[in-house]
Amino acid sequence: MRKQELERMTLEQLERQYPFVLSFFESRGIPSEQNALKSLVQIFDEVAKHQEDGVHDSQVMFTELAEYVEQMLLFLGESKMDISSITILPGHDKDGHPETFERLHMERGEVVAIVGPTGSGKSRLLADIEWAANRDTPTGRIVMLDGAIRQEDHRFSLRNKLVAQLSQNMNFVMDVDVEEFIRLHAQSRMIKEDAALIERIVAAANHLSGEPFMQGSPITSLSGGQSRALMIADTAILSASPIVLIDEIENAGIDRKRALELLVGEEKIVLMATHDPSLALMADRRILIRNGGIVRVQQTRKEEKSILKELEKIDHLVSKLRTQLRQGESLSM
Amino acid sequence: MNLITVSGPPSCGKTSVILKAIEAFQQKGLHVGVVKFDCLYTDDDLLYQKAGIPVKSGLSGSLCPDHYFVSNIEEVVQWGRSQGLDLLITESAGLCNRCSPYLRQIHSICVIDNLSGINTPKKIGPMLKSADMVVITKGDIVSQAEREVFSSKVQMANPKAIILHVNGLTGQGAYELSTLLYREEENIETVQGMELRYPMPSALCSYCLGEKRVGEEFQLGNVRKINLEEQTACANKN
Repeated sequence: MRKQELERMTLEQLERQYPFVLSFFESRGIPSEQNALKSLVQIFDEVAKHQEDGVHDSQVMFTELAEYVEQMLLFLGESKMDISSITILPGHDKDGHPETFERLHMERGEVVAIVGPTGSGKSRLLADIEWAANRDTPTGRIVMLDGAIRQEDHRFSLRNKLVAQLSQNMNFVMDVDVEEFIRLHAQSRMIKEDAALIERIVAAANHLSGEPFMQGSPITSLSGGQSRALMIADTAILSASPIVLIDEIENAGIDRKRALELLVGEEKIVLMATHDPSLALMADRRILIRNGGIVRVQQTRKEEKSILKELEKIDHLVSKLRTQLRQGESLSM
Repeated sequence: MNLITVSGPPSCGKTSVILKAIEAFQQKGLHVGVVKFDCLYTDDDLLYQKAGIPVKSGLSGSLCPDHYFVSNIEEVVQWGRSQGLDLLITESAGLCNRCSPYLRQIHSICVIDNLSGINTPKKIGPMLKSADMVVITKGDIVSQAEREVFSSKVQMANPKAIILHVNGLTGQGAYELSTLLYREEENIETVQGMELRYPMPSALCSYCLGEKRVGEEFQLGNVRKINLEEQTACANKN
Protein backbone atom coordinates (compact mmCIF):
# COMPACT_ATOMS: atom_id res chain seq x y z
CA MET A 1 0.00 0.00 0.00
CA ARG A 2 1.54 3.29 -1.08
CA LYS A 3 1.61 6.37 1.09
CA GLN A 4 0.39 8.67 -1.67
CA GLU A 5 -2.62 6.46 -2.10
CA LEU A 6 -3.41 6.76 1.61
CA GLU A 7 -3.04 10.51 1.72
CA ARG A 8 -5.98 11.07 -0.58
CA MET A 9 -8.41 8.85 1.32
CA THR A 10 -10.91 9.69 4.01
CA LEU A 11 -11.08 7.46 7.05
CA GLU A 12 -14.44 6.15 5.88
CA GLN A 13 -13.07 5.14 2.49
CA LEU A 14 -10.12 3.46 4.10
CA GLU A 15 -12.35 1.60 6.51
CA ARG A 16 -14.54 0.31 3.72
CA GLN A 17 -11.48 -1.17 2.05
CA TYR A 18 -9.76 -2.40 5.21
CA PRO A 19 -12.20 -2.78 8.12
CA PHE A 20 -9.38 -3.70 10.49
CA VAL A 21 -7.81 -0.21 10.37
CA LEU A 22 -10.21 1.05 13.02
CA SER A 23 -8.16 -0.57 15.76
CA PHE A 24 -5.10 1.28 14.47
CA PHE A 25 -6.89 4.59 14.98
CA GLU A 26 -8.45 3.58 18.26
CA SER A 27 -5.13 2.49 19.71
CA ARG A 28 -3.82 5.95 18.92
CA GLY A 29 -6.72 7.66 20.62
CA ILE A 30 -8.39 8.77 17.39
CA PRO A 31 -12.18 8.27 17.59
CA SER A 32 -13.42 6.95 14.26
CA GLU A 33 -16.95 8.36 14.24
CA GLN A 34 -16.07 12.03 14.54
CA ASN A 35 -13.36 11.66 11.93
CA ALA A 36 -15.01 9.41 9.36
CA LEU A 37 -15.38 12.07 6.68
CA LYS A 38 -12.06 13.79 7.20
CA SER A 39 -9.11 13.02 4.98
CA LEU A 40 -6.27 11.12 6.56
CA VAL A 41 -3.95 14.09 6.02
CA GLN A 42 -6.32 16.26 8.02
CA ILE A 43 -6.72 13.70 10.83
CA PHE A 44 -3.01 13.08 11.23
CA ASP A 45 -2.18 16.78 11.15
CA GLU A 46 -4.72 17.45 13.87
CA VAL A 47 -3.42 14.59 16.00
CA ALA A 48 0.18 15.66 15.53
CA LYS A 49 -0.71 19.08 16.89
CA HIS A 50 -2.27 17.67 20.03
CA GLN A 51 0.19 14.94 20.87
CA GLU A 52 2.39 15.32 23.89
CA ASP A 53 5.10 12.88 23.01
CA GLY A 54 6.04 14.04 19.55
CA VAL A 55 5.88 10.47 18.27
CA HIS A 56 2.91 11.17 16.12
CA ASP A 57 4.58 13.25 13.49
CA SER A 58 2.05 13.01 10.65
CA GLN A 59 4.55 11.61 8.14
CA VAL A 60 5.53 8.93 10.62
CA MET A 61 1.88 8.09 11.15
CA PHE A 62 1.41 7.57 7.43
CA THR A 63 4.39 5.25 7.34
CA GLU A 64 3.06 3.34 10.34
CA LEU A 65 -0.41 3.08 8.87
CA ALA A 66 0.95 1.82 5.56
CA GLU A 67 3.08 -0.70 7.42
CA TYR A 68 0.16 -1.77 9.58
CA VAL A 69 -2.12 -2.34 6.60
CA GLU A 70 0.59 -4.36 4.90
CA GLN A 71 1.27 -6.46 7.99
CA MET A 72 -2.41 -7.10 8.53
CA LEU A 73 -2.97 -8.13 4.92
CA LEU A 74 -0.07 -10.50 5.27
CA PHE A 75 -1.45 -11.76 8.55
CA LEU A 76 -4.93 -12.33 7.16
CA GLY A 77 -3.62 -13.80 3.95
CA GLU A 78 -1.41 -16.34 5.63
CA SER A 79 -3.11 -19.62 5.85
CA LYS A 80 -3.64 -20.88 9.36
CA MET A 81 -0.78 -22.97 10.65
CA ASP A 82 -1.92 -26.16 9.07
CA ILE A 83 1.23 -28.19 9.33
CA SER A 84 0.43 -31.76 10.16
CA SER A 85 3.77 -33.10 11.32
CA ILE A 86 7.19 -32.18 12.62
CA THR A 87 10.34 -34.18 12.09
CA ILE A 88 13.51 -33.76 14.11
CA LEU A 89 16.85 -34.85 12.67
CA PRO A 90 19.65 -35.48 15.17
CA GLY A 91 22.35 -33.00 16.12
CA HIS A 92 24.71 -33.42 19.04
CA ASP A 93 24.80 -33.17 22.83
CA LYS A 94 26.64 -30.58 24.95
CA ASP A 95 29.99 -32.32 24.40
CA GLY A 96 29.54 -32.58 20.67
CA HIS A 97 28.68 -36.30 20.60
CA PRO A 98 26.14 -37.08 17.89
CA GLU A 99 22.64 -37.86 19.12
CA THR A 100 21.74 -41.52 18.90
CA PHE A 101 18.22 -41.44 17.52
CA GLU A 102 17.60 -41.73 13.84
CA ARG A 103 14.77 -39.32 13.21
CA LEU A 104 11.82 -38.31 15.30
CA HIS A 105 8.55 -37.84 13.50
CA MET A 106 5.47 -36.50 15.28
CA GLU A 107 1.98 -36.17 13.86
CA ARG A 108 -1.00 -34.10 14.89
CA GLY A 109 -3.00 -35.76 17.63
CA GLU A 110 0.06 -37.43 19.09
CA VAL A 111 1.23 -37.14 22.69
CA VAL A 112 4.95 -37.40 23.39
CA ALA A 113 6.57 -37.12 26.81
CA ILE A 114 10.01 -35.62 27.39
CA VAL A 115 11.95 -37.00 30.34
CA GLY A 116 15.39 -36.25 31.72
CA PRO A 117 17.02 -34.57 34.69
CA THR A 118 16.78 -30.81 35.25
CA GLY A 119 19.19 -28.95 33.00
CA SER A 120 19.41 -31.87 30.59
CA GLY A 121 18.26 -29.81 27.63
CA LYS A 122 14.46 -29.95 27.60
CA SER A 123 14.11 -26.19 27.11
CA ARG A 124 16.68 -26.31 24.36
CA LEU A 125 14.71 -28.99 22.52
CA LEU A 126 11.58 -26.89 22.73
CA ALA A 127 13.44 -23.78 21.61
CA ASP A 128 14.78 -25.75 18.64
CA ILE A 129 11.23 -26.68 17.69
CA GLU A 130 9.91 -23.14 18.20
CA TRP A 131 12.73 -21.74 16.04
CA ALA A 132 12.42 -24.54 13.48
CA ALA A 133 16.14 -25.05 13.82
CA ASN A 134 18.15 -25.62 10.70
CA ARG A 135 21.57 -26.57 12.06
CA ASP A 136 21.76 -23.00 13.37
CA THR A 137 21.24 -23.60 17.11
CA PRO A 138 23.71 -24.97 19.68
CA THR A 139 22.46 -28.54 19.18
CA GLY A 140 22.85 -28.56 15.41
CA ARG A 141 19.43 -30.21 15.01
CA ILE A 142 17.13 -29.81 12.06
CA VAL A 143 13.42 -29.41 12.67
CA MET A 144 11.29 -29.95 9.60
CA LEU A 145 7.65 -29.01 9.22
CA ASP A 146 5.66 -31.31 6.99
CA GLY A 147 8.94 -32.75 5.86
CA ALA A 148 10.40 -29.44 4.71
CA ILE A 149 12.73 -26.85 6.17
CA ARG A 150 10.92 -23.71 7.24
CA GLN A 151 11.41 -20.38 5.57
CA GLU A 152 13.38 -18.01 7.73
CA ASP A 153 10.98 -15.08 7.65
CA HIS A 154 8.23 -17.24 9.11
CA ARG A 155 10.12 -17.30 12.35
CA PHE A 156 8.89 -13.87 13.31
CA SER A 157 5.34 -14.22 12.21
CA LEU A 158 2.96 -13.91 15.14
CA ARG A 159 0.30 -15.89 13.41
CA ASN A 160 2.63 -18.73 12.68
CA LYS A 161 3.94 -19.25 16.15
CA LEU A 162 4.63 -22.94 16.34
CA VAL A 163 4.51 -23.65 20.03
CA ALA A 164 1.97 -22.75 22.68
CA GLN A 165 3.20 -23.28 26.22
CA LEU A 166 1.40 -24.34 29.37
CA SER A 167 3.17 -24.65 32.65
CA GLN A 168 2.53 -25.04 36.30
CA ASN A 169 3.95 -21.57 37.05
CA MET A 170 1.59 -19.69 34.79
CA ASN A 171 -0.97 -17.34 36.23
CA PHE A 172 -3.57 -14.98 34.92
CA VAL A 173 -2.57 -11.36 35.37
CA MET A 174 -5.22 -9.50 33.42
CA ASP A 175 -7.98 -7.90 35.42
CA VAL A 176 -10.93 -9.17 33.35
CA ASP A 177 -13.66 -11.77 33.60
CA VAL A 178 -13.67 -15.09 31.76
CA GLU A 179 -15.83 -13.86 28.90
CA GLU A 180 -13.77 -10.72 28.33
CA PHE A 181 -10.59 -12.78 28.51
CA ILE A 182 -11.71 -15.10 25.73
CA ARG A 183 -12.91 -12.13 23.67
CA LEU A 184 -9.53 -10.41 23.94
CA HIS A 185 -7.75 -13.57 22.92
CA ALA A 186 -10.04 -14.08 19.93
CA GLN A 187 -9.65 -10.44 18.87
CA SER A 188 -5.89 -10.71 18.98
CA ARG A 189 -6.21 -13.56 16.51
CA MET A 190 -8.77 -11.75 14.36
CA ILE A 191 -11.35 -14.42 15.08
CA LYS A 192 -14.99 -13.54 15.47
CA GLU A 193 -15.71 -13.81 19.17
CA ASP A 194 -19.28 -14.98 19.33
CA ALA A 195 -21.20 -16.36 22.25
CA ALA A 196 -20.92 -19.92 20.97
CA LEU A 197 -17.13 -19.82 21.04
CA ILE A 198 -17.08 -18.48 24.59
CA GLU A 199 -19.58 -21.10 25.74
CA ARG A 200 -17.61 -23.86 24.11
CA ILE A 201 -14.38 -22.89 25.84
CA VAL A 202 -16.00 -22.45 29.24
CA ALA A 203 -17.80 -25.79 28.91
CA ALA A 204 -14.56 -27.52 27.92
CA ALA A 205 -12.75 -25.97 30.89
CA ASN A 206 -15.51 -26.94 33.31
CA HIS A 207 -15.33 -30.48 31.96
CA LEU A 208 -11.66 -30.57 33.04
CA SER A 209 -11.92 -29.08 36.49
CA GLY A 210 -14.00 -30.40 39.34
CA GLU A 211 -15.43 -27.02 40.29
CA PRO A 212 -17.30 -25.21 37.52
CA PHE A 213 -16.93 -21.44 37.09
CA MET A 214 -19.09 -18.87 35.32
CA GLN A 215 -18.41 -16.63 32.32
CA GLY A 216 -18.62 -13.65 34.61
CA SER A 217 -15.98 -14.88 37.07
CA PRO A 218 -12.89 -12.66 37.21
CA ILE A 219 -10.01 -14.79 35.90
CA THR A 220 -7.72 -13.82 38.75
CA SER A 221 -10.21 -15.23 41.26
CA LEU A 222 -10.22 -18.73 39.76
CA SER A 223 -8.68 -21.53 41.80
CA GLY A 224 -5.49 -23.22 40.67
CA GLY A 225 -7.40 -26.08 39.05
CA GLN A 226 -9.93 -23.78 37.37
CA SER A 227 -7.18 -21.53 36.02
CA ARG A 228 -5.28 -24.50 34.63
CA ALA A 229 -8.49 -25.84 33.09
CA LEU A 230 -9.30 -22.53 31.41
CA MET A 231 -5.74 -22.16 30.12
CA ILE A 232 -5.84 -25.63 28.60
CA ALA A 233 -9.29 -25.27 27.07
CA ASP A 234 -8.44 -21.85 25.66
CA THR A 235 -5.11 -23.03 24.26
CA ALA A 236 -6.72 -26.12 22.72
CA ILE A 237 -9.57 -24.29 21.07
CA LEU A 238 -8.34 -20.76 20.42
CA SER A 239 -4.58 -20.84 20.04
CA ALA A 240 -3.29 -21.21 16.49
CA SER A 241 -0.09 -22.98 17.42
CA PRO A 242 -0.13 -26.59 16.24
CA ILE A 243 2.25 -27.74 18.96
CA VAL A 244 1.41 -27.51 22.64
CA LEU A 245 4.09 -27.86 25.22
CA ILE A 246 3.03 -28.85 28.69
CA ASP A 247 5.55 -28.38 31.44
CA GLU A 248 4.43 -30.61 34.30
CA ILE A 249 0.79 -30.33 35.30
CA GLU A 250 -0.01 -31.18 38.86
CA ASN A 251 -2.73 -33.63 39.54
CA ALA A 252 -4.69 -31.24 41.72
CA GLY A 253 -8.06 -29.98 40.65
CA ILE A 254 -7.88 -31.03 37.04
CA ASP A 255 -8.54 -34.18 35.08
CA ARG A 256 -5.32 -34.56 33.15
CA LYS A 257 -6.53 -37.41 31.01
CA ARG A 258 -9.43 -35.33 29.76
CA ALA A 259 -7.04 -32.39 29.25
CA LEU A 260 -4.89 -34.48 26.93
CA GLU A 261 -7.96 -35.83 25.16
CA LEU A 262 -9.13 -32.28 24.54
CA LEU A 263 -5.78 -31.22 23.09
CA VAL A 264 -5.51 -34.35 20.96
CA GLY A 265 -9.10 -33.90 19.82
CA GLU A 266 -8.21 -30.39 18.65
CA GLU A 267 -5.45 -31.97 16.57
CA LYS A 268 -2.49 -30.64 18.49
CA ILE A 269 0.90 -32.23 18.70
CA VAL A 270 1.34 -32.47 22.45
CA LEU A 271 4.76 -32.49 24.10
CA MET A 272 4.92 -32.96 27.85
CA ALA A 273 7.95 -32.41 30.00
CA THR A 274 7.13 -34.52 33.03
CA HIS A 275 8.39 -36.93 35.63
CA ASP A 276 4.96 -37.94 36.76
CA PRO A 277 4.50 -41.61 35.79
CA SER A 278 0.78 -41.38 35.11
CA LEU A 279 1.26 -38.40 32.82
CA ALA A 280 4.27 -39.92 31.05
CA LEU A 281 2.39 -43.18 30.50
CA MET A 282 -0.49 -41.37 28.83
CA ALA A 283 1.96 -40.53 26.06
CA ASP A 284 2.45 -42.79 23.07
CA ARG A 285 6.20 -42.32 23.25
CA ARG A 286 8.79 -40.66 25.42
CA ILE A 287 11.96 -38.84 24.54
CA LEU A 288 14.85 -39.37 26.91
CA ILE A 289 17.25 -36.42 27.14
CA ARG A 290 20.64 -36.37 28.79
CA ASN A 291 23.49 -33.85 28.65
CA GLY A 292 21.73 -31.75 26.04
CA GLY A 293 21.13 -34.59 23.61
CA ILE A 294 18.28 -36.97 22.83
CA VAL A 295 19.49 -40.40 23.92
CA ARG A 296 16.49 -42.49 22.99
CA VAL A 297 12.92 -42.36 21.80
CA GLN A 298 10.93 -45.06 23.52
CA GLN A 299 7.53 -46.45 22.68
CA THR A 300 5.25 -46.83 25.71
CA ARG A 301 5.05 -50.62 26.15
CA LYS A 302 1.93 -52.66 26.85
CA GLU A 303 3.16 -53.69 30.31
CA GLU A 304 3.71 -50.02 31.10
CA LYS A 305 0.20 -49.18 30.02
CA SER A 306 -1.09 -51.69 32.57
CA ILE A 307 0.78 -49.78 35.29
CA LEU A 308 -1.17 -46.78 34.09
CA LYS A 309 -4.43 -48.60 34.89
CA GLU A 310 -3.26 -49.07 38.48
CA LEU A 311 -2.18 -45.44 38.72
CA GLU A 312 -5.51 -44.30 37.38
CA LYS A 313 -7.25 -46.23 40.15
CA ILE A 314 -5.11 -44.44 42.73
CA ASP A 315 -5.68 -41.06 41.08
CA HIS A 316 -9.38 -41.74 41.03
CA LEU A 317 -9.35 -42.59 44.71
CA VAL A 318 -7.43 -39.46 45.61
CA SER A 319 -9.76 -37.27 43.63
CA LYS A 320 -12.78 -38.95 45.25
CA LEU A 321 -11.31 -38.20 48.68
CA ARG A 322 -10.62 -34.64 47.60
CA THR A 323 -14.23 -34.16 46.62
CA GLN A 324 -15.38 -35.57 49.94
CA LEU A 325 -13.06 -33.18 51.73
CA ARG A 326 -14.27 -30.20 49.74
CA GLN A 327 -17.88 -31.02 50.44
CA GLY A 328 -17.29 -31.40 54.14
CA GLU A 329 -18.00 -35.13 54.26
CA SER A 330 -16.04 -37.51 56.42
CA LEU A 331 -13.52 -39.42 54.33
CA SER A 332 -14.15 -43.02 53.30
CA MET A 333 -12.43 -45.27 50.74
CA MET B 1 32.64 -3.04 16.52
CA ASN B 2 28.87 -3.63 16.55
CA LEU B 3 26.69 -1.38 18.67
CA ILE B 4 23.24 -2.17 20.06
CA THR B 5 21.03 0.06 22.21
CA VAL B 6 18.70 -1.75 24.56
CA SER B 7 16.07 0.07 26.53
CA GLY B 8 12.92 -0.73 28.44
CA PRO B 9 10.99 0.09 31.60
CA PRO B 10 12.68 -0.57 34.95
CA SER B 11 12.69 -4.20 36.10
CA CYS B 12 11.39 -5.60 32.82
CA GLY B 13 14.33 -7.96 32.50
CA LYS B 14 16.79 -6.07 30.30
CA THR B 15 19.86 -7.19 32.18
CA SER B 16 18.79 -10.84 32.31
CA VAL B 17 18.07 -10.89 28.59
CA ILE B 18 21.39 -9.23 27.76
CA LEU B 19 23.32 -11.59 30.04
CA LYS B 20 21.73 -14.64 28.39
CA ALA B 21 22.39 -13.28 24.91
CA ILE B 22 26.01 -12.55 25.83
CA GLU B 23 26.45 -16.18 26.93
CA ALA B 24 25.60 -17.18 23.40
CA PHE B 25 28.00 -14.58 21.96
CA GLN B 26 30.81 -15.73 24.20
CA GLN B 27 30.37 -19.30 23.02
CA LYS B 28 31.05 -18.02 19.55
CA GLY B 29 34.20 -16.32 20.81
CA LEU B 30 32.93 -12.75 20.56
CA HIS B 31 34.20 -10.10 22.97
CA VAL B 32 31.17 -8.24 24.32
CA GLY B 33 31.00 -5.24 26.66
CA VAL B 34 28.14 -3.35 28.27
CA VAL B 35 27.53 0.22 29.35
CA LYS B 36 24.62 0.67 31.69
CA PHE B 37 22.82 4.01 31.85
CA ASP B 38 20.59 4.51 34.82
CA CYS B 39 19.07 7.32 36.78
CA LEU B 40 19.65 7.16 40.51
CA TYR B 41 21.02 3.75 41.31
CA THR B 42 22.24 0.63 39.63
CA ASP B 43 23.95 -2.52 40.73
CA ASP B 44 23.52 -4.29 37.43
CA ASP B 45 27.17 -3.57 36.69
CA LEU B 46 28.01 -6.10 39.41
CA LEU B 47 25.99 -8.75 37.60
CA TYR B 48 27.94 -8.11 34.42
CA GLN B 49 31.24 -8.06 36.28
CA LYS B 50 30.40 -11.36 37.88
CA ALA B 51 29.89 -12.82 34.44
CA GLY B 52 33.30 -11.52 33.40
CA ILE B 53 31.90 -8.90 31.05
CA PRO B 54 33.68 -5.54 30.73
CA VAL B 55 31.17 -2.99 32.01
CA LYS B 56 30.85 0.72 32.78
CA SER B 57 27.88 2.43 34.30
CA GLY B 58 26.69 6.01 34.40
CA LEU B 59 24.02 7.62 36.55
CA SER B 60 22.19 10.60 35.15
CA GLY B 61 21.24 11.85 38.63
CA SER B 62 19.31 15.09 38.38
CA LEU B 63 19.53 15.16 34.58
CA CYS B 64 17.03 13.70 32.16
CA PRO B 65 18.37 10.19 31.45
CA ASP B 66 17.89 10.60 27.71
CA HIS B 67 19.82 13.84 27.56
CA TYR B 68 22.52 12.17 29.60
CA PHE B 69 22.64 9.24 27.20
CA VAL B 70 23.00 11.29 24.06
CA SER B 71 25.65 13.52 25.63
CA ASN B 72 27.77 10.49 26.46
CA ILE B 73 27.22 7.94 23.73
CA GLU B 74 30.22 8.96 21.59
CA GLU B 75 32.61 8.62 24.56
CA VAL B 76 31.03 5.28 25.36
CA VAL B 77 31.60 4.04 21.81
CA GLN B 78 35.24 5.10 22.01
CA TRP B 79 35.60 3.25 25.32
CA GLY B 80 34.22 0.12 23.66
CA ARG B 81 36.68 0.41 20.81
CA SER B 82 39.58 0.93 23.23
CA GLN B 83 38.58 -2.35 24.91
CA GLY B 84 38.76 -4.11 21.57
CA LEU B 85 35.11 -5.18 21.77
CA ASP B 86 33.37 -6.98 18.94
CA LEU B 87 30.05 -5.87 20.28
CA LEU B 88 29.04 -3.08 22.63
CA ILE B 89 25.61 -3.10 24.22
CA THR B 90 24.19 -0.02 25.92
CA GLU B 91 21.40 -0.59 28.37
CA SER B 92 19.13 2.17 29.61
CA ALA B 93 15.95 2.30 31.63
CA GLY B 94 13.13 4.24 30.03
CA LEU B 95 12.10 6.00 33.13
CA CYS B 96 9.23 8.12 31.91
CA ASN B 97 8.18 5.70 29.14
CA ARG B 98 9.13 8.48 26.80
CA CYS B 99 12.83 7.78 26.61
CA SER B 100 14.17 6.48 23.34
CA PRO B 101 17.89 6.61 23.11
CA TYR B 102 17.87 5.11 19.62
CA LEU B 103 20.08 6.40 16.84
CA ARG B 104 19.00 6.01 13.26
CA GLN B 105 21.74 3.68 12.05
CA ILE B 106 22.14 1.69 15.26
CA HIS B 107 20.24 -1.50 16.15
CA SER B 108 17.62 -0.81 18.76
CA ILE B 109 15.84 -3.21 21.05
CA CYS B 110 13.00 -2.46 23.41
CA VAL B 111 12.46 -4.95 26.23
CA ILE B 112 9.02 -5.11 27.77
CA ASP B 113 7.41 -7.69 30.03
CA ASN B 114 4.14 -9.56 29.90
CA LEU B 115 3.22 -8.45 33.39
CA SER B 116 3.13 -4.78 32.54
CA GLY B 117 -0.48 -4.90 31.38
CA ILE B 118 -2.03 -5.09 27.94
CA ASN B 119 -2.41 -1.35 27.57
CA THR B 120 1.25 -0.68 28.23
CA PRO B 121 2.40 -1.10 24.61
CA LYS B 122 0.03 1.72 23.76
CA LYS B 123 1.33 3.93 26.52
CA ILE B 124 5.01 3.56 25.83
CA GLY B 125 6.12 6.14 23.34
CA PRO B 126 9.09 6.19 20.97
CA MET B 127 10.98 3.68 23.10
CA LEU B 128 8.67 0.95 21.82
CA LYS B 129 7.32 2.53 18.67
CA SER B 130 10.66 3.23 17.04
CA ALA B 131 12.56 0.09 18.07
CA ASP B 132 13.77 -2.36 15.42
CA MET B 133 13.07 -5.29 17.66
CA VAL B 134 10.86 -5.85 20.67
CA VAL B 135 11.79 -8.52 23.17
CA ILE B 136 8.95 -9.70 25.40
CA THR B 137 9.93 -11.25 28.73
CA LYS B 138 8.29 -13.07 31.64
CA GLY B 139 6.21 -15.21 29.32
CA ASP B 140 6.79 -18.18 31.59
CA ILE B 141 4.48 -16.85 34.27
CA VAL B 142 1.44 -15.70 32.33
CA SER B 143 -1.03 -17.74 30.31
CA GLN B 144 -0.63 -18.55 26.62
CA ALA B 145 -3.63 -16.37 25.79
CA GLU B 146 -2.19 -13.36 27.60
CA ARG B 147 1.10 -13.82 25.77
CA GLU B 148 -0.71 -13.85 22.45
CA VAL B 149 -2.83 -10.83 23.32
CA PHE B 150 0.20 -8.92 24.55
CA SER B 151 2.22 -9.68 21.41
CA SER B 152 -0.60 -8.51 19.21
CA LYS B 153 -0.81 -5.24 21.16
CA VAL B 154 2.93 -4.76 20.69
CA GLN B 155 2.59 -5.39 17.00
CA MET B 156 -0.20 -2.87 16.83
CA ALA B 157 1.99 -0.22 18.46
CA ASN B 158 5.01 -1.00 16.30
CA PRO B 159 3.98 -2.87 13.17
CA LYS B 160 7.45 -3.07 11.67
CA ALA B 161 9.36 -4.49 14.62
CA ILE B 162 10.54 -8.07 14.91
CA ILE B 163 8.95 -9.48 18.06
CA LEU B 164 10.79 -12.13 20.05
CA HIS B 165 9.97 -13.90 23.29
CA VAL B 166 12.89 -14.43 25.62
CA ASN B 167 12.88 -16.05 29.03
CA GLY B 168 15.48 -14.21 31.09
CA LEU B 169 15.65 -17.01 33.65
CA THR B 170 16.07 -20.10 31.50
CA GLY B 171 17.48 -18.23 28.53
CA GLN B 172 14.92 -19.73 26.16
CA GLY B 173 14.96 -17.53 23.07
CA ALA B 174 18.21 -15.74 23.99
CA TYR B 175 20.33 -17.78 21.60
CA GLU B 176 17.91 -16.96 18.79
CA LEU B 177 18.03 -13.30 19.77
CA SER B 178 21.82 -13.34 19.62
CA THR B 179 21.78 -14.61 16.04
CA LEU B 180 19.81 -11.53 15.01
CA LEU B 181 22.06 -9.01 16.70
CA TYR B 182 25.57 -9.45 15.41
CA ARG B 183 26.64 -8.64 11.86
CA GLU B 184 30.23 -9.46 11.09
CA GLU B 185 30.48 -6.92 8.29
CA GLU B 186 29.27 -4.08 10.48
CA ASN B 187 31.84 -1.77 12.01
CA ILE B 188 30.88 1.31 14.01
CA GLU B 189 33.87 3.57 14.58
CA THR B 190 31.98 6.62 15.74
CA VAL B 191 28.43 7.83 16.22
CA GLN B 192 29.40 11.44 15.73
CA GLY B 193 27.00 13.08 13.30
CA MET B 194 24.37 10.36 13.59
CA GLU B 195 20.84 11.37 14.44
CA LEU B 196 18.38 10.38 17.10
CA ARG B 197 15.26 8.64 15.83
CA TYR B 198 13.10 10.92 17.93
CA PRO B 199 13.79 14.20 19.67
CA MET B 200 14.47 14.03 23.39
CA PRO B 201 11.82 15.17 25.88
CA SER B 202 11.85 18.93 25.94
CA ALA B 203 12.81 20.63 29.15
CA LEU B 204 14.07 23.83 30.61
CA CYS B 205 11.46 25.23 32.88
CA SER B 206 12.15 26.73 36.28
CA TYR B 207 11.86 23.26 37.86
CA CYS B 208 14.69 21.91 35.68
CA LEU B 209 16.81 24.58 37.28
CA GLY B 210 16.03 23.58 40.84
CA GLU B 211 12.84 25.46 41.67
CA LYS B 212 10.87 23.69 44.42
CA ARG B 213 7.95 26.00 45.14
CA VAL B 214 4.51 25.25 43.68
CA GLY B 215 2.45 27.93 41.99
CA GLU B 216 2.08 29.86 38.76
CA GLU B 217 4.40 32.68 39.75
CA PHE B 218 7.30 30.24 40.07
CA GLN B 219 6.75 28.61 36.70
CA LEU B 220 9.05 30.00 34.03
CA GLY B 221 10.20 28.77 30.67
CA ASN B 222 8.79 25.72 28.90
CA VAL B 223 5.57 25.12 30.85
CA ARG B 224 2.49 23.31 29.62
CA LYS B 225 -0.95 23.20 31.22
CA ILE B 226 -3.57 20.45 31.21
CA ASN B 227 -6.65 21.49 29.31
CA LEU B 228 -9.20 20.52 31.94
CA GLU B 229 -12.15 22.27 30.33
CA GLU B 230 -11.96 20.47 27.00
CA GLN B 231 -11.69 17.10 28.69
CA THR B 232 -14.72 17.76 30.86
CA ALA B 233 -16.74 18.75 27.79
CA CYS B 234 -15.83 15.47 26.09
CA ALA B 235 -16.77 13.46 29.15
CA ASN B 236 -20.20 15.09 29.27
CA LYS B 237 -20.88 14.27 25.66
CA ASN B 238 -20.27 10.61 26.33
